[in-house]
Amino acid sequence: MKNHKKDFPIFQNNPDLIYLDSAATSQKPRVVLDAINEYYTSYNANIKRGIYPIAEKATAKVEEVRKKVAQFINAKSKDEIIFVRNATEAINLVAYSLASTSASWRISRGDTIATTIMEHHSNFVPWQQLAIQKNADFLVLDIDQNFKFQISNFKYQIKNAKILAITHVSNVLGTINPLKKMINDLRTVNADLIILVDAAQSVPHMSVDVQDLDCDFLVFSGHKMMAATGIGVLYGKKTLLSKMQPFLYGGEMIREVTIQNTSFAKLPHKFEAGTPDIAGIVSLGAAIEYLNSTGIENVLKHEIMLIKYALEQLKNMQELTIYGSTNARKRGGVISFNLKGIHPHDVAQILGEMEICIRAGHHCAMPLHNRLGIPASARISFYIYNEEQDIDKFVNGLQKVQKMFR
Amino acid sequence: MDFSKIYREEILEHYKEPLNFGTLEDFDMTSRQFNPFCGDEIVIFVTFQNDKISDIRFQGKGCAISVAAASMLTEHAKGRSKEELTKFTEDDMLSLIGIDVSETRKKCVFLALGVLKDCLVQNAKF
Repeated sequence: MKNHKKDFPIFQNNPDLIYLDSAATSQKPRVVLDAINEYYTSYNANIKRGIYPIAEKATAKVEEVRKKVAQFINAKSKDEIIFVRNATEAINLVAYSLASTSASWRISRGDTIATTIMEHHSNFVPWQQLAIQKNADFLVLDIDQNFKFQISNFKYQIKNAKILAITHVSNVLGTINPLKKMINDLRTVNADLIILVDAAQSVPHMSVDVQDLDCDFLVFSGHKMMAATGIGVLYGKKTLLSKMQPFLYGGEMIREVTIQNTSFAKLPHKFEAGTPDIAGIVSLGAAIEYLNSTGIENVLKHEIMLIKYALEQLKNMQELTIYGSTNARKRGGVISFNLKGIHPHDVAQILGEMEICIRAGHHCAMPLHNRLGIPASARISFYIYNEEQDIDKFVNGLQKVQKMFR
Repeated sequence: MDFSKIYREEILEHYKEPLNFGTLEDFDMTSRQFNPFCGDEIVIFVTFQNDKISDIRFQGKGCAISVAAASMLTEHAKGRSKEELTKFTEDDMLSLIGIDVSETRKKCVFLALGVLKDCLVQNAKF
């Protein structure tokens, strides 16, 4: 794989930077930054309303990116792609809309809402709160000792569930859930189950095909896949989205407004009230082009190589615990760990002083950390600009930390 | 290792062998606080004599900064009056620990201080 580092200005501005926190947010390549700049400097205008050329251009660009996103995740139609702020907002949109929609799948008292112990708070708290609000049962699927789900253990409860929200790749364990098989099994148990997939840690790193997965909703954030912060995507099956109540009301989402009533715009605009983050959408388009030119399968290959290499290096370290599978092929580009007797924040702080950026804390997954019986962990995560020598420097840094605390 | 300004020898010594670490069987006041940012938790036990702290212990788990801060603070508090400690500010705490910490890590420095202050206020109610 070619050296990607040179495409990212941050590494020219910080030549010694070792960035190992891409699961939190990714760095941005020059092509993405240029695309944002080009929008603001040559065709900045609001979309959908203006009839002059630069407004037409901005509108066309947004719809072009929508099409690109649809192709990237193999959605049936670009109308199934809703632009939101991030994965969190996408999940909240679905939760709020399901709470207020008057359809058979509306959540009410006594229904079951299911999620898993592996979730980021963004795919946990909205469902927990919805369950509390509606007096519904809140079911949290647990992992086994191999950090996997055994759907057969939950058959009875899943049978009565209305919705299951599940992550594709864990941001802590790196587990890649075999969703195609899981969703197939789930549908056999409960044909009416609505399945939402949090793909924030998968879409940036591997090929994701929503039709093949057969999920009902899938969400992800642009900033984790080299686009700007402030742009995210909700994919939803048209049959569901078209029946759902809008989440936000306002301009650009209506067809006709009278004093008595409002009729809403068609999909996807029904869910896009107000002026969107146009520059963010443009940046997402550029990021997808960059990923397409690299080949998403090459991104995954590169990360598997890095994970293998890192696991190999870390294996030899004393007093280090890794959480999650040690099989590089079965995990995403994330490794969480702890050094005995040293708090992860101290590890991250000392590495930070060496310009090695890692994450420490509960990674917005407190229920999972409680389940693992640890208050916090340290985490490294990779992307296409990382190299083996980043891992060497990181391991060297860890050894220095251990020496300091000895 | 001398590259780190924060983890100077004194901080690491307090972390490895904290002063006043443990519990008191007979105490007048106790309080516990939790720092959700890092999962740190500090509990302090205090006994008073004539409005002065006669004995103090702390327990908990946390990062080097929060443990060192608790160790130094409990040592500082010993024998001091409630009035004196009530006036002890966050800035005083930063001078006591003697390191320059970032905004995010200030929460670690101030965790024990919050617990001690709670012990003082609670006691005033009785």
